[in-house]
Amino acid sequence: MASAGKISRIAANHETAARDPETLPVGTPLIFELSSDGRSGADLPPRAAGARSGAEILGPELCRDDLRGFPELSEPQVMRHFLRLSQLNFAQALQFYPLGSCTMKYNPVLNDEMAALGGFANLHPLAPAHLAQGALELMARLEAALAEITGMDAISLHPAAGAQGELTGLLCARAYHRKRGESRRKVIIPDTAHGTNPASCTLAGYEVVVAKSNARDFIEASEVRRLVDSDTAAMMVTNPNTLGIFEPQIAEIADALHDKGALLYMDGANLNALMGVAKPGHMGADIVQLNLHKTFSTPHGGGGPGAGPIGVRRDLEPFLPVPRLRKSADGWTLDSARPDSIGRMRSFHGNFGMLVRAYTYILALGGNGLAQASRLAILSANYLRKRLAEHYPAASAEPSMHECVLEHDLEKRSGVSTLEIAKRLLDFGVHPPTIYFPLIVHGALMIEPTETETKEVLDAFVATMERIYAEALSDPELVKTAPHSLKLSRVDEAEAARRPILRWQPK
Amino acid sequence: MRFMPQTEADIAAMLETIGAENLDALIAHVPERLRASAAINLAPGRGEAEVAAELSALAAMNAGAAGYASFLGAGYYRHYVPAAVRAITARAEFATSYTPYQAEASQGTTQAIFEFQTLITQLTAMDVANASMYDGASAAAEAVLMARRVMPKRRVVALSRALWPDYRATIRTYLSALDGIETVELPFDNQSGVTDLSGLEALAGDALLCTVFGYPNAFGVIEPLRAAAAITHRAGAMMISATAEGLALGLLKPPGELGADIAVGEGQSFGLALQFGGPGLGFMAAHTAHLRQMPGRLVGQTRDRDGRRAFCLTLSTREQHIRRERATSNICTNHSLCALAAAVYLSQMGRKGLRELAERNVELAHAAADALAARAIKRRFSGEFFNEFTIAVPRPAVVLQAAERKRILAGVALAPDYPELPDGLLIAVTEMNQPAEFAALADSIAQAAGEQR
Repeated sequence: MASAGKISRIAANHETAARDPETLPVGTPLIFELSSDGRSGADLPPRAAGARSGAEILGPELCRDDLRGFPELSEPQVMRHFLRLSQLNFAQALQFYPLGSCTMKYNPVLNDEMAALGGFANLHPLAPAHLAQGALELMARLEAALAEITGMDAISLHPAAGAQGELTGLLCARAYHRKRGESRRKVIIPDTAHGTNPASCTLAGYEVVVAKSNARDFIEASEVRRLVDSDTAAMMVTNPNTLGIFEPQIAEIADALHDKGALLYMDGANLNALMGVAKPGHMGADIVQLNLHKTFSTPHGGGGPGAGPIGVRRDLEPFLPVPRLRKSADGWTLDSARPDSIGRMRSFHGNFGMLVRAYTYILALGGNGLAQASRLAILSANYLRKRLAEHYPAASAEPSMHECVLEHDLEKRSGVSTLEIAKRLLDFGVHPPTIYFPLIVHGALMIEPTETETKEVLDAFVATMERIYAEALSDPELVKTAPHSLKLSRVDEAEAARRPILRWQPK
Repeated sequence: MRFMPQTEADIAAMLETIGAENLDALIAHVPERLRASAAINLAPGRGEAEVAAELSALAAMNAGAAGYASFLGAGYYRHYVPAAVRAITARAEFATSYTPYQAEASQGTTQAIFEFQTLITQLTAMDVANASMYDGASAAAEAVLMARRVMPKRRVVALSRALWPDYRATIRTYLSALDGIETVELPFDNQSGVTDLSGLEALAGDALLCTVFGYPNAFGVIEPLRAAAAITHRAGAMMISATAEGLALGLLKPPGELGADIAVGEGQSFGLALQFGGPGLGFMAAHTAHLRQMPGRLVGQTRDRDGRRAFCLTLSTREQHIRRERATSNICTNHSLCALAAAVYLSQMGRKGLRELAERNVELAHAAADALAARAIKRRFSGEFFNEFTIAVPRPAVVLQAAERKRILAGVALAPDYPELPDGLLIAVTEMNQPAEFAALADSIAQAAGEQR
C-alpha cells in the first residue's frame, strides 16, 4: 500500500477543500437536485368524468399551495438514485459486521417473504378478529415460544423496539408497586449498562442509582445489598453484561432485590448468548425485554424497525400494555378492558411484520437450533478472543459468552486510537466492532461475531486486525487517516454538530 | 442447520484453539442449576419448505386481508404500495445494515434519511424533522414530553377529545410516570365534529403546556388549527398537530403554516403495507428554536476530509448513548427502513403526483358520502373531511355485520372509544376503493339501517 503518496494527496485535497468547498465534486446528488419541473413517477387513475377536483371540494381556505421543492422525477430515476445509495452502505448481508451488543446475524430471506404474504401484509389492524385469526394465532404462538425460551410466564408483543420495551417494563414495575400501595423512586443500574437503561428510567419517573462492577467486571450481590432499600423499585441488569460476561451472582442479586420487595428487570439485549443455556425466568428475573431484531434475526433496517416484546412473572401480567390476546370459544380476540394495565405505548398490536419474521425464524431453528445458535455464537466469540489475545487482550479475565470486549496498547505505543482502528477496518471491507463501550473499558473494542459467520471469515478478521496492529506501529499515519478505499474519506462529525444542516434547501 | 456454517471440523478446530473440550465446556461457568433447566421445549427445526407452508397456512386464515371491499381506516390506511418502494426496501444493503454510527460505511442510509427529513419538513412546513419515530401515537407522546422540556414549569396538557383514542391513550401512558402533569380533554362540537375551543380559552393561562389536535381528527374532520394555535399561543403554550393520515398533508394546509409548534404523525400511508398495524412510521417536525429538545436521531450534512459532501448522525449529545439519564428520549432503534420507504414513495409520487393522489382521495371519499346520502344515510358531522368521514346509523355493530355478509368491511364503529356517539361509524375511502363499491356500501348500510328502524 503506497501510503505516503495517499497521505500527500489527502493533504492536498484538504487544502483545496479549505479554499473552495463549492467547486469540489459532490458524491451522489440529493434526490432534490435530480428533480426537473414537470416530471413525475406517478400514474394515477383519471378523475371521474365531470367530478369536481379535491381542491375545489375543500376550497382554498383548507388547501395548501403547491408542494414547492418536492422532487419531480420519473420512476427509473428514483430507482437508480436509491439503488446507488444502497451501494454506499456496509451491511450484514455483504460484510462481516461484528458490532457488539447488536447481534448482526444473518437475516433469513424467507422471513421477509413470509411477512410479505398477502394474508399478513394486507391485513388491516382493525379487521374483525374472526377475519384475522391467522395473525392472532401467530402472535399467540410467538408469545408461547418466547415464554418457553425465556422462562417467563407471560409475554407482551406490544413494544416497538428494545428501548420502548424497557420503558414498558419499568412502567409495569411502577404499576405493580403502586398496586401494593408503594411509590418507590429508585432504580439500580450497573455502570456497564447501555444508555437506554438510564434514559428509560428517567422517562419512567425513576432516579438512577449506579451499581459498581467489581474488579472482575461483574456485579456482586453485596453491592446490590448495599444499594437496595425499601425505596428501590427495580434493578436493571443486562445478562450477559456488556463485557460479554455472564453475571455469576445473578440469582443472589435477584434474592437481594426480592428481599427488599424490589424487582429484577433483565435487559435481554444479549439473549443470543442464553438460548438453551440459561433462562432469565430461572435467574429470578421479574421482567425481561427482548430485541427481536437481535436474537431473532429480523433485519436492523439501518436503525429499525425492530420489536421489543417483554416477558413478565405471573403476578405482573395484569399490568402489561393493552390489548392482550384472549382465547374465547370463537377463537382469538384482543382484549383492552384490563383495569390494571399501564395502557398503550403505541397504536394497534405491535410491529406485526417483525413478529412474522421472528416466528418464521423460531420455526426454522426449533428448540434445538436455537440452543445450537447460542452455543456457536459463544464459540465464535471465544475463538476470536483467543486468536486476538496477543495484541488485543480481553478487558476481563472472566469467560466470554457471545461477545468479547478487547483492549489494545496502540494509543500508548503509536498514538493510534480505537476510532482509527475502526476506520481502518473499513478499508478491508469489515464493519468495525462497537467501540468505546462499555464506558468502564478504556478504548474498548466490543466484538460480537454471531453464529452465522464461517471460521474463514473469523480467521480473515484476525489477520486483518493483526495487520492493522502492525501498520499502526510501522505507519501510524496510514491508520490515523483511514479510510482510504471508500467513496469518502473520514467524515467530519464535529462540523455537522457545529453548524447543523438538517435538510436540503432550494437555491 | 442452514444458517450456521460451522462444520464438525470447524468446531473441533475452534475448540482446540480455545482449549475447550466441547461446546458445553464454554458455558460450564454458568451456574449448573440454570443450565440444567434451560432446554427449550419447542419442536425441532424444520426445512424452508415446511416453514413456508406453515406460515402460508396462517396467512390464509386471515380472511379479512382479501376479498372484501374495505372501508377500514381509523389511523391506518390502505394505499397502493408502488413496486419501486418494495424493491428498494428489500435491498439487503439497506435492510441488513445497523444504525449508521460509522458514517463512512453508511452514506446510503444517512443520505436517504437526510432526504426523508427534508421531505417531512416540506410536507409539514416546519424547519427540522427527525429520522423517524415508532408510530404516530408514540411520536405524539414524545412531542408532549418535548414541549415539557421546552417549558418545564408548565403542567397542563390539553388533548382534543377528537384526537385519535390510541394517540390520547399513548400520551397518557407516557405521562403517567411524570409528577405534576395534568391532562385535560377538550370536548368536540357535537354538530360540526371539530374541537370546541371555547373551553380552551378558560384553560389558556400560565400553566398550559401544550394542546394536541388531530389533523384531520378521529372523525375524519379537518380541525381549524389556525384558531386553535392562536388561543394556544396567547397563553404562551405550544400547539402539537397529529396527522394519522400522512397523505392529507399533500393537499391540506401544512401544520407549520397554521401555527403548529410541533407536527407529528403517521407515515404508514407513504409506501408501507398495512401489516396488521405495524411497523408504521412516526414522523416529527419542529422549529429550529426547539431543535435541542427534539428526541430521536438526526442526520446532518457535513464534509469528508477531502471536502466532499457527506452525511452523518449529529447532535447526538441529546441522545441516550451519550447523555444517559439526561437524554431527551430513550429512543435508539427507530423506524429507519420505514423512513426509507417513505422517501422512495414521496420521491416517486413527487410534487404533482402526491397532490393529485390526495385530491383523488378527497374526490372518492366525497363520492362515497354522496352515495350514502342518496340512500338517506347522513354524515354525523358537518365539518369538512379529507378521505374519512363519520356517518350516523342505528347500531353500527349490526350494520357492520350485515355489510360483512356482503363482503364489505364498512368501517369502524366509534362507540367503543366514544360512548357518546353510539351511532357513529367511521368510513375511510382511498384510491384503492373502486367507485362501484360505493353503491354496494350504501345499499348494504341503508338496508341494515332500514331493518332496524
